[in-house]
Amino acid sequence: MAKQFGLSNDSVVVVIGSGAGGGTLSNELAQQGIDVVCLEAGPRLEMSDIVNDFNEMFTKLSWLDKRVGSGALDPDLPLWVCKTVGGTTVHWAGAALRFQEHEWKARTTYGDIDGANLLDWPIEAREMERFYSLAEDKMGVTGRHGIPHLPGNNNYQVMELGAKRLGYTQVHTGNMAINSQARDGRPACQQIGFCMMGCAIGAKWSTMYTEIPKAEATGHFELRPESMVLKINHNAAGQVTGVVYADKDGNLHEQKARIVAVAGNSVETPRLLLNSESSQFPDGLANSSGQAGKNYMRHTTGAVYGIMPGPVHLDRGTQMAGIIMDESRHDPKRGFAAGYELETLPGFGLAGVATFMSPGGWGREYAQDLEMYRNTACMWIVGEDLPQEANGVTLHPTEKDQYGLAVPVVHFEDHANDIAMRNHAFKAGRAVYEAVGANKVYERMPFSSTHNLGTCRMSEKPEDGVCDSTGRAHDVPNLYISDGSQFTSGGAENPTLTIVALAIRQAETIAERMRKGES
Amino acid sequence: MTTKGFSRREFLQNSGVAAAGVAAASTGAVIIDPNGAWAMTTTTLDEHQAMTLLKMSRQLFPHDMLGDQYYAKVVEAVDRDAAKDPDLTDTLGKGIADLDGRMGIEFVHLSEGNQLKALHAIEDTDFFATVRVATINNLYGDPLVYRNFGFEGSSVEHGGYIDRGFDDIGWLPKA
Repeated sequence: MAKQFGLSNDSVVVVIGSGAGGGTLSNELAQQGIDVVCLEAGPRLEMSDIVNDFNEMFTKLSWLDKRVGSGALDPDLPLWVCKTVGGTTVHWAGAALRFQEHEWKARTTYGDIDGANLLDWPIEAREMERFYSLAEDKMGVTGRHGIPHLPGNNNYQVMELGAKRLGYTQVHTGNMAINSQARDGRPACQQIGFCMMGCAIGAKWSTMYTEIPKAEATGHFELRPESMVLKINHNAAGQVTGVVYADKDGNLHEQKARIVAVAGNSVETPRLLLNSESSQFPDGLANSSGQAGKNYMRHTTGAVYGIMPGPVHLDRGTQMAGIIMDESRHDPKRGFAAGYELETLPGFGLAGVATFMSPGGWGREYAQDLEMYRNTACMWIVGEDLPQEANGVTLHPTEKDQYGLAVPVVHFEDHANDIAMRNHAFKAGRAVYEAVGANKVYERMPFSSTHNLGTCRMSEKPEDGVCDSTGRAHDVPNLYISDGSQFTSGGAENPTLTIVALAIRQAETIAERMRKGES
Repeated sequence: MTTKGFSRREFLQNSGVAAAGVAAASTGAVIIDPNGAWAMTTTTLDEHQAMTLLKMSRQLFPHDMLGDQYYAKVVEAVDRDAAKDPDLTDTLGKGIADLDGRMGIEFVHLSEGNQLKALHAIEDTDFFATVRVATINNLYGDPLVYRNFGFEGSSVEHGGYIDRGFDDIGWLPKA
């Protein structure tokens, strides 16, 4: 069933990464009869490897190769993303939200904000409607295409009541890529919890058990797990010709390619371009703009914990169990541009609440609050942060990883707009829980970043970004950016649905160009 | 609470825990609660170090409902890590010596108020962070403890919570 392609076969499309972008693109191409080799840095897990244990799954799934965080980021774990077949779709919570129309035109809508490197996307919102619809159908998103919403767990019901008492009206259990009824050969959600540790029954959409096996069934797709791409090669004409990768034993191979699509998440994607420098591309492949690795966005986040008057059992059921969308609008009267969503968050167990609720916390008062674990509710802030040129990925001058590549340094500082938004969101979240009688509220600053965007952004003009409106590199005609790195701006929404929609759109474009004999 | 200690290598005991280079003084201890409720066995930490960490972990996250046996499991876990990691053994040895030096009396003999003062004084050290994180992971990660606090652990083998109370909130008013 699973096809194998030769290393010297230069007719294949090489896709780097098997997550929301790479996994989807691979399958969409393979379904059209295009031969694809997908190189995934992480190992291939079986469903039986997914267990309800936070620590075990963190170790199994996470990208733990050395990265250095600076600025506001955790120095040791700046990002919480995955190194496994399926990428971060194994870990994601399942929130599948569309961008709002105005978010495609961030520069026009928000204006010229000091210190922000804003651009409009080179895509029209109305063009994305069809691709959003295809993505939602593929993923089985609740509240769309006649698919019922999921029921709300206790944690959601607390948030919902507080929201309604405050007058919020756009409050529901979300548009989730989690089956509310059996669909596409996968079962309905059993409210297990542990979504972000991998869904043990496959009710949540993940490329691990949807796109990847479907692609394999076409006979046009080969997955090579534990294959870390180190460099993209090119010819004198400035076209890419293949990639060099290390297999699980550290042996190097070159896979030839007709087209290369990079989808390694927003640190590895620009890192690979920067590491693929040559005399022809001295600042890194496809980086004549100098924008590769810049404009890193991670969403303005934070969490609010409420210690409620009665039991909540926040770790029961879907982790992202519901949403308040009223604050996601652009309304500068609030003192900041763009908007944010409030979504429920689980506790990640007792040890998780102890770790996360108050970083560095200890002592009798904190211990007494932890004794109220049963009554604790939690929500997450996810809002649009502004691209800033100084935020991004660079290569460490001396430190190397196990492959001999320069370790990535990821830098991020909040923009003043991000801070104003977070403070507004903290107040809103606090008000929600206090409206339901919270005895105490904790506000905590962002966790390690899960939504990583913008480091090879789309731009209309080649000097403003790395890729064009189709994700094709401005400088290299057969090189594509296929993950969240291509985001021009971040929107207030969890990014996966948009990544999948863009991958479907990109697959159409690539297939059409191949039919016409381009690249 | 008093404890009786039996060190495995008594000749090394009391031989200057406060001195640098304690990492080499690998001793181990078996400490038995005088009431017989629990015992704690270490291979790398000596009795004084083990008792200091036990008292420290309780001060960091004090729960009157939990007996010392749960904190003893934290110490045993730290000891297992230290057996594999000389740098950790060194951090612990020096950190405990530092803690003992803060108030002029060994930490284990201080009043609760003075123990807190000593802990606040070392709050920014790697040693403190190490013990704090180890306590969170091994105390709150202990199924006997987390079940008592209301976290229910793995659920997939029970069919999740679809029929077991994911939406059973009873105290919430309807509007």
